[in-house]
Parts: sequence; C-alpha cells; structure tokens
Amino acid sequence: MAARLEPAKHFRWLTKTPGAIAPYLYVLPALSVLVLFTLVPLAYTFYLSTTSWDLISPAKHFVGAANYQRLLQDQRFGQAFWNTSCFAAGTVPTQIALALGAALLLNTQIRLRGLFRAAFFLPVIIPIMVVTTVWLFIFSPSFGILNYLLGLVGLPPLGWLSDPHWALPALMIMTIWKNFGYHTVIFLAGLQGIPLELLEAAYIDGANRWQGFWKITFPLLGPTTFLVLIMSLIGSFQVYETVVLTTNGGPAGATTVIVFELYQNAFVFFNMGYAAAMTYVLLAFLFVLTLLQFRTIGTRIYYS
Amino acid sequence: MKVVSLTMIRTLTRAFPRARRMCSFWPIYLLLILGTIIVIGPFVWMVSTSLKNLQDVYQIPPDLIPNPPLWRNYGIAWEAAAFSRYFLNSVVVAVVVTLGQVITGSLAAYAFARMRFSGRQALFYIILGTMMVPREILLVPNYVILKWLGWLNTYLALTVPFLASAFGIFVLRQYFMTIPQELDDAAKIDGCGSLRFFLSILLPLSKPALVVVAVFAFLANWNSYIWPLIVTRDDALRTIQVGLGAFREAQSFGSTTEWPLIMAASTTSLIPVLLIYAFGQRWFTQGYALSGIKG
Repeated sequence: MAARLEPAKHFRWLTKTPGAIAPYLYVLPALSVLVLFTLVPLAYTFYLSTTSWDLISPAKHFVGAANYQRLLQDQRFGQAFWNTSCFAAGTVPTQIALALGAALLLNTQIRLRGLFRAAFFLPVIIPIMVVTTVWLFIFSPSFGILNYLLGLVGLPPLGWLSDPHWALPALMIMTIWKNFGYHTVIFLAGLQGIPLELLEAAYIDGANRWQGFWKITFPLLGPTTFLVLIMSLIGSFQVYETVVLTTNGGPAGATTVIVFELYQNAFVFFNMGYAAAMTYVLLAFLFVLTLLQFRTIGTRIYYS
Repeated sequence: MKVVSLTMIRTLTRAFPRARRMCSFWPIYLLLILGTIIVIGPFVWMVSTSLKNLQDVYQIPPDLIPNPPLWRNYGIAWEAAAFSRYFLNSVVVAVVVTLGQVITGSLAAYAFARMRFSGRQALFYIILGTMMVPREILLVPNYVILKWLGWLNTYLALTVPFLASAFGIFVLRQYFMTIPQELDDAAKIDGCGSLRFFLSILLPLSKPALVVVAVFAFLANWNSYIWPLIVTRDDALRTIQVGLGAFREAQSFGSTTEWPLIMAASTTSLIPVLLIYAFGQRWFTQGYALSGIKG
C-alpha cells in the first residue's frame, strides 16, 4: 500500500512538499525569455546553416556542410575577416594602453578625480547613433576639425571616411575614443586592489616609479589586463553599428567587417543559410574568447 | 644632489603643503585635462553646432560660441520629424524592458540564491551560458522567430525578447547571497512566507543591485539601434535612435546637410541618458567594474 502511494523517484521533487514547485515558478519567466530568444535561435541558426534559404520561400533545402565549405573559399568573407582583424589589432592594444595610462593617472591623490573619471566614462554611455553623427562631422574632409588641426601643423588634409586607406583607421579612432573610458574604470578597480605597502616597500628599497610599475603594479594587474584584453577583442570582432552608421562597408569594401558581411548576406542578398554559417563561425571564435574570460573571472583581484 | 632636493621639498612641504601638491601633480593634471578636452570636445562642438545657422557651420576655424545662439533650431528639428512620437516610444519601450528585467531577474535570482531544488546548478549555468552569446549575432534567427510569431512591426518585437537578462540575474543573485541567511530563518519562524519575505524584506534591502540592473537595462535599451531598425517598419513605431538615423539621412539629401538641426535633435535625444548618468554615476562605475561583463 505504502509502495503504491510512493511517487516515482524522479517526480518526488514535484510532490514532496507543496512548496517544491515554487523555485521553478520563480525561475520560469526569466528562463523562458532567455531560452526562446537565445537558445532556440542558437539551435535554429545551426539548422539554418545546413540549408539554402532565401527568407521568403517556404522551402529550405538541406545542403549539409556546403555553406561552411563555401565560407572557406569566399574571398569577400576572407576580406571581411582581414578587415576585422586589422580593426582589432588597431583598437585593442591602443585601448588597453590608453585605459591603463588613464587609470594610473586617476589612481593618484589628485583633486577632482571623480569628475575626470566621469568625463572619461561619458562616451561609453552615449548611443552609437549620436557618436557617429558627431564623428561624421569631425571627419568631414572640408570643414571637419581634424583636417583643420592637420592644417595647423602643416599636414595635407585627409579624406578620412571617404579614403579607402583612412576609413578603417578613422573608425578605429572613433571606437577607441568611445570605449577606452570603460576599460579605464576596470583598470582603476584593479589598481585599487593592489596593496600599497608593496610599492612603498619597493620605493624605500630605492626603486623608482618606472621600476615600481613594471616590477609590481603591472604583474599584479595581470588578471585585469587579461580580462580587458579578451573583452575588447570580443567587442572588436562584433563591430557593426559603427560601420553601418558611417561608411556602410565602403569605400571599396575597406570597412566591410564580419558582422556587416553577415547582415549583407542575410538581409540584402537573402542568403539566410550562408549567413547562419557565418554566424556559427563567428560564434565559435567568440566562444573560445569568452571561455578564456570566464576562466579569469574567479581570479580577478577586485572582488576582494 | 637627490638628498638635497628631497630636503628642500620636505621644507617646502611643511611651509606650503598645497603648493607642493600642485607642483608634483601638475603633469598629471595636464594630461588629464588634455584627455578631458579630447573626450568632451566633440560634445561641446555638437551643442555649439546645434545653435548655429547653416553658413556658420562651414566656417573655418569654427566659432565655439555661436553668436547669436539660435535656440529655435531645437524647435524646428523637433517638428521636422515625429520626434515626440519616437521619444515616447523609446520611453515606453525602455521602461517596460527595465521593469521586466528587474522583475524576472530578481525572481530568478531569489530562487538561485535562496532555494534548494534539483537542477539548480544546471539551470544557473544555462542562464550564465546565454550571457556568452552576443545578442547582436542572433539578429538573423530572432528576426525569423519574430516573423513566425507574427510580431514583426509591433511593440512586442521591441520589448519581449529583452524582458530577461542573464547579466541582471547574475548581479542580483550575487547581491542576494550577501544578505545573511538568518533573516530568512527569523522571518520563517515569524510565519512569513517565501514570497512575502522576498517582496517586503529582500527587495528593499537590495536597492543598490536593483538600481544597477535597472540603469543598465534602461540605457542598453534606450541606446539600441539595429534591432528596432530591423524589426519595425512603421514610422509610428520608431524609437528615438531609429528616428534620428532616418532624420540624419533625410537631412543629408541634396548638396547641403542640415547639421544644426541634426545636432539639435541629437542633443535633445541625450537628455535622458545624461540625467541617468548624472544621478546614477556612482552605480554605474561600480556596476561595470563589478560585473566585468558588458551589459
């Protein structure tokens, strides 16, 4: 009799107490949104990447790995990957150097620290729409302030966004300007976790500031630097809105980045399957980077 | 030599402590002020341009302070497109998304921080895992899903996909875990149910974390451009960013670009962002540093 009333083992969590189902109800709203708009699309993208589909016609043809094979030989995608890599190579180290420099300056006993920090952080929260509008103006070949400044030091004016050689560097400048304040704040938090006694001891032993930085501060900042490196790498491989709102991939494909090429394929050429394959290649790449980032989260010093 | 200078500085320090401070810090101030000019300059130029007439925009070198300032540019720009509507849309969408993320996030975080149930670890890792997937990359499949749901070109498309955030759940859970368990026990002994404990004790104690999540949600939504651009078609559904983009394009047709009007509309669109920044400064930098993850 008792055995008959005993619920099956895996359903016990449901019936054991009336409150046993409650945790699932608490989690359900958030989980359903995240599953429906992140996990389902993820699986769906994988399915799409094995088909040939134009977004409108009902039929999706299974093509196996053909989209991925096509990617390997696609020169346009190769160019997009190269452009994105150049973008990353130009922005990531500069952002790190500038952010670390700014953080070191802000980590001193100066006045108006909060105000300077707030100013550096400001571009981070400004929408990309407004940022690009302002910079389109700054980069203007005829009346932009950059060419005016170049003229003051005796340099010839540049075409900036309309010059294939300068368009990508121009976008890098804009991106660095927008993002370095974000990394500054993270470096500041990292710096504040470094015990001052270490540096004081080194100075007493005759070390100068330069040695103090390279022998003590910089090594102790290692986890923070690594985190910033990975985050800005991830960010730069996802660059898209910046491009679409300024050069739209041009001139002559000079600013065609991966995500731009992806959306061209999806919403302009209607190669949904091919775009999905691109999504997965990019995701795999970002996934590796993110895993590296998550590994360092536990070791970050500014939690203490 | 070094010893001499050190003694001198020490003497000076005693005599004029403030002067010494300024002396040794002046290169730092110089660099910081230079940095601030580079960072703030573009915004100053934006506001200055918004108050000029078209001819003065093309003047080189540019005048920083327009004479006289044309305040009417703001009215003209606002009336030149349905900006009131765009603004209202953005406010409604951002508020709904913010409330959604705070509500769904705190409920889920409460369960993860305080309740024992089978599959808790697994579910938490699934949610953390979604944080690894950048939303922008999933634009294509999400567009197809919305098309299939029949939600394209509706407010649902602008809000529902963003009603939960893994980041929000993570931040709130971390915060809830810092609140002592003894409170739960005491409440339980006094006959307080879990929902009531959550609403009347835990949430009021967690204001800082709730503010961080709310500020991030509001800004991320207010600033987003590409998603609302792709999922809406009607002018009446445009958010402020999409409206600004369309306005910028419309004003750039022909030989002259109406920079003053574009800058005036852009400046106005920043008001909510700047207000939140001014009041929530402290939460931001803390929140960003705490998370280590972009919102």
